[in-house]
Amino acid sequence: MNGVGKLKRKRNRYIVCLLLPSIILPMIFTYYPMLKGSMMAFQSYNLMDISNIKWIGFGNFRKLFAPNPSNSFYTILGNTLKWVCVSLFFQFTIGFGIALMLKKKFRGSGIYQGLIFFPWAVSGFVIGIMWRWMFNGTSGVINDMLRRIGMVSEPIGWLADKKTALYSCIFANIWYGIPFFTIMITAALRGVSEDLYEAASVDGANAWVKFWCITVPSIRSVLLLTLLMRVIWIFNFPDLIYSMTQGGPAGSSHIVTSYMMQLVQSLDYGLASAVGLLSILFMIFFVIIYLAATKHLSGADE
Amino acid sequence: MKAKKVNKALLRLMKYIVLAAFLLVVIFPFLWMLVTSLKGSQAEIYAFPVQYLPKEPSMINYESMLWKGNFGQYMRNSLIVSFAAGLFACVVGICSGYIISRFKFRFKNALLLFYLVTQMIPTFIMLPSLYQMLSKHHMLNSIWVMALLYTNMMIPFSVVTLRGFFDGISSSLEEAAWIDGCSYGMALRKVIIPVMKPGIAATFIFAFINSWNELFMAIMFIDKDKYKTIPVGLNGLILKYDIKWGEMAAGTVMALIPTILLFAFAQKYMIEGLTAGSVKG
Repeated sequence: MNGVGKLKRKRNRYIVCLLLPSIILPMIFTYYPMLKGSMMAFQSYNLMDISNIKWIGFGNFRKLFAPNPSNSFYTILGNTLKWVCVSLFFQFTIGFGIALMLKKKFRGSGIYQGLIFFPWAVSGFVIGIMWRWMFNGTSGVINDMLRRIGMVSEPIGWLADKKTALYSCIFANIWYGIPFFTIMITAALRGVSEDLYEAASVDGANAWVKFWCITVPSIRSVLLLTLLMRVIWIFNFPDLIYSMTQGGPAGSSHIVTSYMMQLVQSLDYGLASAVGLLSILFMIFFVIIYLAATKHLSGADE
Repeated sequence: MKAKKVNKALLRLMKYIVLAAFLLVVIFPFLWMLVTSLKGSQAEIYAFPVQYLPKEPSMINYESMLWKGNFGQYMRNSLIVSFAAGLFACVVGICSGYIISRFKFRFKNALLLFYLVTQMIPTFIMLPSLYQMLSKHHMLNSIWVMALLYTNMMIPFSVVTLRGFFDGISSSLEEAAWIDGCSYGMALRKVIIPVMKPGIAATFIFAFINSWNELFMAIMFIDKDKYKTIPVGLNGLILKYDIKWGEMAAGTVMALIPTILLFAFAQKYMIEGLTAGSVKG
């Protein structure tokens, strides 16, 4: 009995020792700063004014939602909605379309997938730099292409104009996100049994019917989960905007997360943390939906 | 019947045309950076109508980045930080992934949730308090601190991924080793890890690339030129009022080289890892 107890103690010690680094590091460098940051959201905490740090309750939040016309936060919320919805819609539909073409393997389809997946390994920051140069208002290649096909006569300052800056960033984001959907959906499509399609052909179903009655229902859970995952991801992705426009001109292309980054850099930590806390709340809300959907779908599939 | 066949061939042809066009769209921005970086004169870079091929390819932009700027130093810093972070993330990931895969213990689900939550929180939400913490302990401007932060950033991913790889290896292997008198640690080192090489390589590469790419922590916690990583260096260039696009393009291309090499090597694992996780739900 004593021997078994000793063995068990040894086993437990082994478990704890090997798990420890992966628990302690996130505690110190992720959870602690996060909790501290959540507290800063209720403080007036500006590094420019370090002697004047104090608790102000919901003061930062009141400032964010202040109903005066000069308040840009409502525009930023609207931008975020456009950023997420428009990007997601086109990433998904175009990605799905390409995936349907990749479903049947052909010679070189593995290499093809590897090539179109490559942008995924590059940081959003560098991607943003590339698109900033292509959207350049005087000598950008996009202006040149549009001029050659006769769509514009004069170069357009895509990133310098309030009307086009955000949409230019969204365009780049769509480009960046399509391969993700393509890869995910292709993998799902290849898992659908061919027998179903053959049976449907025997019954005289056309491609359209097959798509809606076999393809979509079969990969329904992958579609839903990738969509939900991507909402969180796109919301969380200020990198492109940071390097393409820095939120400009005049803050017109900021989304919530890029705005927060700007507040951090202007050293208004209190206000930045308030924005951060709002983002976390949004994220928690979405994670709950995601987990519920996972549970629901895996229950339904079995 | 014949018309149907022709129709089908036509459809197939259209499919390949669309796929080729899409490939071009994906590749073009990278090619364009390369072309720009090889143009020797400002006049050529800023010409409108645009010149699609450099008149005489020149390395002058690369030279001025490397010799006039400090880009070589940035590159070295980035290599050290990413390599260290990749290595640490693998070691931690192997230890914890092994335990989670092989042992039953209480709080296992809580632990997995603990990792999941860190993935959902954007890094920049903790930047202010992390900055305070690091500056209080004189930990700013250190590439080793950056390596530690990146290790931390990659831990959840590497633990969960490597756990998946461990799950795929039959436990009879190490049980046989235990019976032969190996301790837990020895069985892990001598029997399991050699079989796990592809999984470890994939995890290392993923952690390396992510650390190589990281921007927001690096620009907050490094301001001395000596310790800058590549993204911080590029960030300095892009914040200037007039960006020198030739040099910028050269810097971008150089930043992409390790990514291309590693990606070519690990692309298959990365795609498999990504799709396996979610397709199975």
